[in-house]
Amino acid sequence: MTGLLSLTTFAPLVGVVLLLGARALHGDSARTDALAKWIALATTLVTFALSVVLVAQFDAKNPGFQFVEDFNWFAGLHYRMGVDGISILFVLLTTFLLPICIIAGWKSVEKRVVEYLICFLVLETLVIGVFCALDLILFYLFFEGGLVPMFLIIGIWGGKRRVYAAYKFFLYTLLGSVLMLAAILSMIAIAHTSSIPALMSFKFAPWLQTWLWLAFFASFAVKMPMWPVHTWLPDAHVEAPTAGSVILAGILLKLGGYGFMRFSLPMFPNASELFQPLVFAMSAIAIVYTSLVAFRQTDIKKLIAYSSVAHMGFVTMGIFSGNTAGEQGALFQMLSHGLISGALFLCVGVVYDRMHTREIAFYGGLTNRMPWYAAVFMLFTMGNVGLPGTSGFVGEILTMTGTYKASTWTALFAATGVIFSAMYALTLYRRVMFGEIVNPELKTITDLDKREILIFAPLIIGTLVLGVYPNLVFNLTASSVDGLVGAWRAAVGG
Amino acid sequence: MTFAANFSLVLPEVILGASALVLLVWGAFHGKVTPLYTGAAVLALLAAAAAAVVGPHGHAFNGVYAADAAATYAKVAIYGFSALAIVLGDRWLAARGDQKFEYAVLVVLSALGMGVTASAGDLISLYVGVELQSLALYVLAAFRRDDAKSSEAGLKYFVLGALSSGLLLYGASLIYGFAGSTRFEDIAAAAHGTHGVGLLFGLVFLLCGLAFKVSAAPFHMWTPDVYEGAPTPVVGFFAAAPKLAAMMMFARVLGDAFPDSVAQWRQILVITSLASVFVGAFAGLAQNNLKRLWAYSSIANVGYALLGVATGGETGLHSMLLFMTLYMVDVTGFFACLQALSRDGKPMETIEDMAGLVKHRPGVAVAMTAFSLSALGMPPFSGFWAKFYVFGAAMGSGDVLLQWAAVLGLVGSVVAAFYYLRLIKAMWFDAAEGGVDKPQPIARAVGFVAAAFSFPVVLVALIWLDPAARAAAAAFGHA
Repeated sequence: MTGLLSLTTFAPLVGVVLLLGARALHGDSARTDALAKWIALATTLVTFALSVVLVAQFDAKNPGFQFVEDFNWFAGLHYRMGVDGISILFVLLTTFLLPICIIAGWKSVEKRVVEYLICFLVLETLVIGVFCALDLILFYLFFEGGLVPMFLIIGIWGGKRRVYAAYKFFLYTLLGSVLMLAAILSMIAIAHTSSIPALMSFKFAPWLQTWLWLAFFASFAVKMPMWPVHTWLPDAHVEAPTAGSVILAGILLKLGGYGFMRFSLPMFPNASELFQPLVFAMSAIAIVYTSLVAFRQTDIKKLIAYSSVAHMGFVTMGIFSGNTAGEQGALFQMLSHGLISGALFLCVGVVYDRMHTREIAFYGGLTNRMPWYAAVFMLFTMGNVGLPGTSGFVGEILTMTGTYKASTWTALFAATGVIFSAMYALTLYRRVMFGEIVNPELKTITDLDKREILIFAPLIIGTLVLGVYPNLVFNLTASSVDGLVGAWRAAVGG
Repeated sequence: MTFAANFSLVLPEVILGASALVLLVWGAFHGKVTPLYTGAAVLALLAAAAAAVVGPHGHAFNGVYAADAAATYAKVAIYGFSALAIVLGDRWLAARGDQKFEYAVLVVLSALGMGVTASAGDLISLYVGVELQSLALYVLAAFRRDDAKSSEAGLKYFVLGALSSGLLLYGASLIYGFAGSTRFEDIAAAAHGTHGVGLLFGLVFLLCGLAFKVSAAPFHMWTPDVYEGAPTPVVGFFAAAPKLAAMMMFARVLGDAFPDSVAQWRQILVITSLASVFVGAFAGLAQNNLKRLWAYSSIANVGYALLGVATGGETGLHSMLLFMTLYMVDVTGFFACLQALSRDGKPMETIEDMAGLVKHRPGVAVAMTAFSLSALGMPPFSGFWAKFYVFGAAMGSGDVLLQWAAVLGLVGSVVAAFYYLRLIKAMWFDAAEGGVDKPQPIARAVGFVAAAFSFPVVLVALIWLDPAARAAAAAFGHA
């Protein structure tokens, strides 16, 4: 069915219109806020339903783009949308996490509720658009446009240093993006098309590929984020509200990995091969170094943020290994990280909402008062560590297998990262959860309420199901990944 | 060519000239500004724009005056924005009990001067147009003569403007001396194949003079002071129509008179352009007054437009025309919002004044956010498309110099992003400062319309703006 993709992409904007209508009707009142939350939740659920329909109608055997829509715009540009096995997963991940984000902020957001929800809905449209766009400029529109709602989310509803974090997030990402824009413009000028499928088969001269690759790398490495341009992430995470962190870790970080798979690898294969050692080195450093940094954090959120950077190291490593195991692993790792890190940030949100601090030292002995919470936190900690049976394991093992074939040393360093991740994650768990309650303020802390259980339930199911039966994902992605790897092998002659 | 045929080509300017005289006499005898009087001035400008659209194309008075697609495009924009400036300025002055009939006359006269420069086919018609425009603008800058800052702005503008006119004239005289003619067509023929030092020397002076008018670095010094001192609606006018007119002068001189010397003038323009981008970006960081801030922003934006001119050819000039059009809408909208706002009767002009604006005036705050994001070049706002065209032209030119200039220009836009974000931060993140008066309805409406154009109307508008500007750009080089 044509039009389904655009419908899914722009459905959240319908919610925005409804929210503005509710505001106009009832003014700035508590009643509006309550109504607005339900409107936003309904919108995100409808969007999720639409994306489920999309997945159900998706033909997994077809490696090309499906649900393609193509309209002439101006200056040779097109409004061109479509999904393949790689992008459809991210669409699903986005629409899956958004209702959870809305519920997560249900009680904790008290000021400017309507604006808050509008930001999230606009962000959802933009992110889905990034994954569906098949025109370079359209892609850039969605990709770059996402900065604004996130800037507002961090800046308005964030913590104490929110302004600093918002600026840092915005300017870092913008600098990377404008370099990508320069590359996009020169690609359009050279290939005389802005169509992504056409550019995937266009052969750029190798010297040109090097420049273009670097420009795209500047943008995606910041977004990912890769060491050493990751420093904006901990700040952004710490200051962002809980739902903002979830969307940042769960979805926005994936834009970088998606960009590598959609642009860097198929469009600049020779440059990707040339820079493979660089990416491997940066990934290995990211895994080892940020794991060690995570170990020394005193703020729970910052610790999880650093662990995100380490996990993204596995992703970049897998993508540039250029074989099926690596690509599949990277995709899976991104998906699983979206669920697990999202859930971990939600876990932090649970105690933050109660105690308004994220200091590790403040807590201790929570198992005594919050058994359910302890169980949930344990599950996601294990997922983060990569325990077999959780989705975290599949991604790590596959990316390492893939990388092992391309570079044994990188795989070796990455494997030490698995140990480090167990070290920081279990230490965190021990300090927050075990022991006796020493801090008198914690004596009255309450366990998860129904709303919180509702948030965690889908994430728990997702993590476990994907951990036990990863083929759910691989069936969808296999043919597209084979196409990607095949094209890359053909181009570099490996 | 018969007199009637010539006359029909200059009809838009004849309408304006005659209307200016009628308005002057009307004002002098009647003395009071009535809605009818203001309406007549607006109508004259709109009639001139309509005449430019429906009128025939051709070269009048033996090539001195070009009425082509480029001139039409520029005139519609210039006259339209001038008409808007009359409405906005009238309301602003009325609110301060400072209405004077000369305001409308001066705007019409400066529009006439801009129209002449947009059609110039000869150094003399170019100069006449420049002077007519500038003299009217000097007076407009000093329009609130009881206000020391406004007088200072007018005086500064006048002294530096006179200097730039001198440079321009000196360059024109050198070109005339070495080419043997003041007509662009003859100059192009004289410069064809040979790049005599004398001609190039003249060209450099001419370009310096033009850079003054368009406020490109390193000739930008007057801009922040004039913007700060001049009445707000006048600044909105300064930042829009005269900038396009000055860009048209660049395009006329370089596209019509020196099309073969691209390699020579490109270097000059690239350096001026980058200097403007970085001066605009870095100096803007230290500003607190929004009018000064937007002065630096305009310097940076002129830098981008000059990059389009430096690319040259149909693509380059096409990108410049679109850039200027989109920029004009943004900047007019921004200053309309700025003039609409006041606190206890005092204008709100610093970034701190805007703190928490979204709480009191959400509509205006959203509009100003749209203009800031647009100026920042954030997609999908119109400012992004403006940059898309300019940088796309530069990247596609195949000239390494232009490509690096485009990359540096983009990096400069990240620096400038900081001060646009500061404004957004003040409006959205900071606590409210206290009440804001009821905004002027007309200025606010103009701001809203411009914001709606900035996004999402631009996404549709470009479908017909793009070919219109392309047709206009194709007209250069056929003097």
